[in-house]
Amino acid sequence: MADLLVEFFQWAFGVTLVPWLAMIMGIVVGILAIVLPLLIAVAMSVYMDRKVWAGMQMRRGPNVVGPWGLLQSFADGLKLFLKETIIPASANKFIFLLAPALTFLLALVAWAVIPFDAGMVLADLNVGILYLFAISSLGVYGIILSGWASNSRYAFLGALRSAAQMVSYEVSIGFVLVTVLMCAGSLNLSEIVMAQKDTFMGVNGYWFTPLFPMLIVFFISALAETNRPPFDLPEAEAEIVAGYQVEYSSMAFALFFLGEYANIILMCAMTSILFLGGWLPPLDWEPLYLIPGWVWFFGKILFMFFVFAWVKATVPRYRYDQLMRLGWKIFLPLSLLWVVLTGFFLLLTDKIPA
Amino acid sequence: MAEVDIKNYNINFGPQHPAAHGVLRLILELDGEVVERADPHVGLLHRGTEKLIENKTYLQAIPYFDRLDYVSPMNQEHAFCLAIEKLLELEVPERGQYIRVLYAEIGRILNHIMNVTAHGMDVGALTPILWGFEERELLMEFYERVCGARLHANYFRPGGVHQDLPEGLTDDILRWCDNFPNTMNDIETLVTENRIFKQRNVDIGKVTAEECYALGFTGTMLRGSNVPWDLRKAQPYDVYSEMDFDVVVGKNGDCYDRFVLRIEEMYQSMAIIRQCIEKMPKGDVLSADHTVTPPRRTEIKTSMEALIQHFKLYTEGFKVPEGEVYAAVEAPKGEFGVYLVSDGSNKPYRCKIRAPGYAHLQAMDHVAKGHMLADIPALMGSFDIVFGEVDR
Repeated sequence: MADLLVEFFQWAFGVTLVPWLAMIMGIVVGILAIVLPLLIAVAMSVYMDRKVWAGMQMRRGPNVVGPWGLLQSFADGLKLFLKETIIPASANKFIFLLAPALTFLLALVAWAVIPFDAGMVLADLNVGILYLFAISSLGVYGIILSGWASNSRYAFLGALRSAAQMVSYEVSIGFVLVTVLMCAGSLNLSEIVMAQKDTFMGVNGYWFTPLFPMLIVFFISALAETNRPPFDLPEAEAEIVAGYQVEYSSMAFALFFLGEYANIILMCAMTSILFLGGWLPPLDWEPLYLIPGWVWFFGKILFMFFVFAWVKATVPRYRYDQLMRLGWKIFLPLSLLWVVLTGFFLLLTDKIPA
Repeated sequence: MAEVDIKNYNINFGPQHPAAHGVLRLILELDGEVVERADPHVGLLHRGTEKLIENKTYLQAIPYFDRLDYVSPMNQEHAFCLAIEKLLELEVPERGQYIRVLYAEIGRILNHIMNVTAHGMDVGALTPILWGFEERELLMEFYERVCGARLHANYFRPGGVHQDLPEGLTDDILRWCDNFPNTMNDIETLVTENRIFKQRNVDIGKVTAEECYALGFTGTMLRGSNVPWDLRKAQPYDVYSEMDFDVVVGKNGDCYDRFVLRIEEMYQSMAIIRQCIEKMPKGDVLSADHTVTPPRRTEIKTSMEALIQHFKLYTEGFKVPEGEVYAAVEAPKGEFGVYLVSDGSNKPYRCKIRAPGYAHLQAMDHVAKGHMLADIPALMGSFDIVFGEVDR
């Protein structure tokens, strides 16, 4: 990227960039190239979420603003932007405003290591998966800070629930990741994707292997991690109204909202990378490689997002204790068992990746 | 270490809360997520209905009953009309009785669709309610076709019903009865056997039959606890005695039983609707006693006496002989009763309304104790509380 920029400046303005400036500019351009499409994707995913949901409920969904209602999310964004930011008198102002910013920031930062295609990645970390795991663990801070700083009883309850929930499900996510990276033999996301090439009978992706149960565990934990139904307890409308978001308005709320959806898309992307073969086509068949990898990746994210929306429309909500039971008593032992089984399998079949 | 006394966590559930089914203020004392005490504050929707009724003539008072439990308006009118008829010793023509039963059952289905799907929504299933409302809308149309209004019907009158059914209506109702089970099946596939839904409802809010008696439960709340008590069978009014239907009872008296029971009651109501339409005789729908009921429009055009009667009826109203009476119907939510005291004038001296929801709500503390915060909406859903009738 830096070389390209140097060449571009040479050609366009006739100036030679100093290397360090070129590098910084290269990074900034790279960030913008991810974040801007991502924010548009977030807006469209809100639209898609609502449309899918509406379709299942025999409604029309947003259809007024723009053609087929496509601009609805932007109209909502504008509305939120123009509203007054209300800070409750008893709130801790600094933390109150820090929390949504943190949530939003963390949701964006995670995208740095996501490979969109072969080589199309901002930071090709060799511990990419640990980075993702670390960032998503930090996500709970945004929520718990907002719940505490709001100084509202509903928000506090929501924050407590959320903290407990996200911590619990991260444990099982962690073990699922371990199984995957044991098979892939790398913590680098690009290499994890490449390891999924032709896993079994010409199918790309770990979902077509005995890792399939882990895909389910990962998906359900991802639902919990992003506070989506049936695990939307932190914002359960029927119980604690909107949980930690209850005191937020205007852009502060919008940041939460954007962060939430960016996280959901991130989780969809993670599922695609870890189990569905990332940018690889579904089958290891030459003509399919003619379609660019990022199209496949995008398609897989869309599919996962559809499943997210589908789940939202069809399931009731768990109760707090049931949620904990599922996380600790079912998912944790199951994923732990799978780690052991995978280890044995790899050892016995002599398939441990080099 | 000295024992630390930790204060319970109080939260205000309502009065403006998306799951409070109206304007309930419920003060919850929580120990963590466990409810230690639930204190329902009623009266936020108090409109003084009873007193208003006492200042209106009997006919003018009927619309107030639509506004009590606004989910099943005609069932309340029914109780008031029965009370007046008892005092007047007025006979209702048979066709009028059939139409009333028909519409009372439509009201029951209206109510149960709303309750069953709202119950789903309270535990987080957001889709059924939108499917259910589609059907409710069709039923509302049947309301509209007989009386012109979707909610505030004012259709049942002392002596029968205001107007005869328009042509073709019964066919449309029968057609609806054929299609409705499809929607119900769709809704049931989403919730009834759903594991999460079951986990949220089975063994939640259990009440035994004895507790039901002590707390004054009626209707589905009572039947859910395996007590086969239904006023339509126990003391049949209108033509319920000629209807063939089952009284459905639950086994465990928990939220889940009440949910399933309401669904089954809808099917029973549909059976009654079919029988009503099948057996409905021809004839008058309103008593011909023109001191109580208005003369027909054609008569007014030709007869001076009829015109005067019509005028007197709608200005002064009719006088009801002295006495007191209690009439109750099996409203969808339970026993809805009207206690009427007449001093012989054209207005009720006292009109006490017995709303089933009030009795159910008072049990909130007793039932909710020891459950978790998330169970409160589930309980509220299965109690079937509408604040129009609770607060009056």
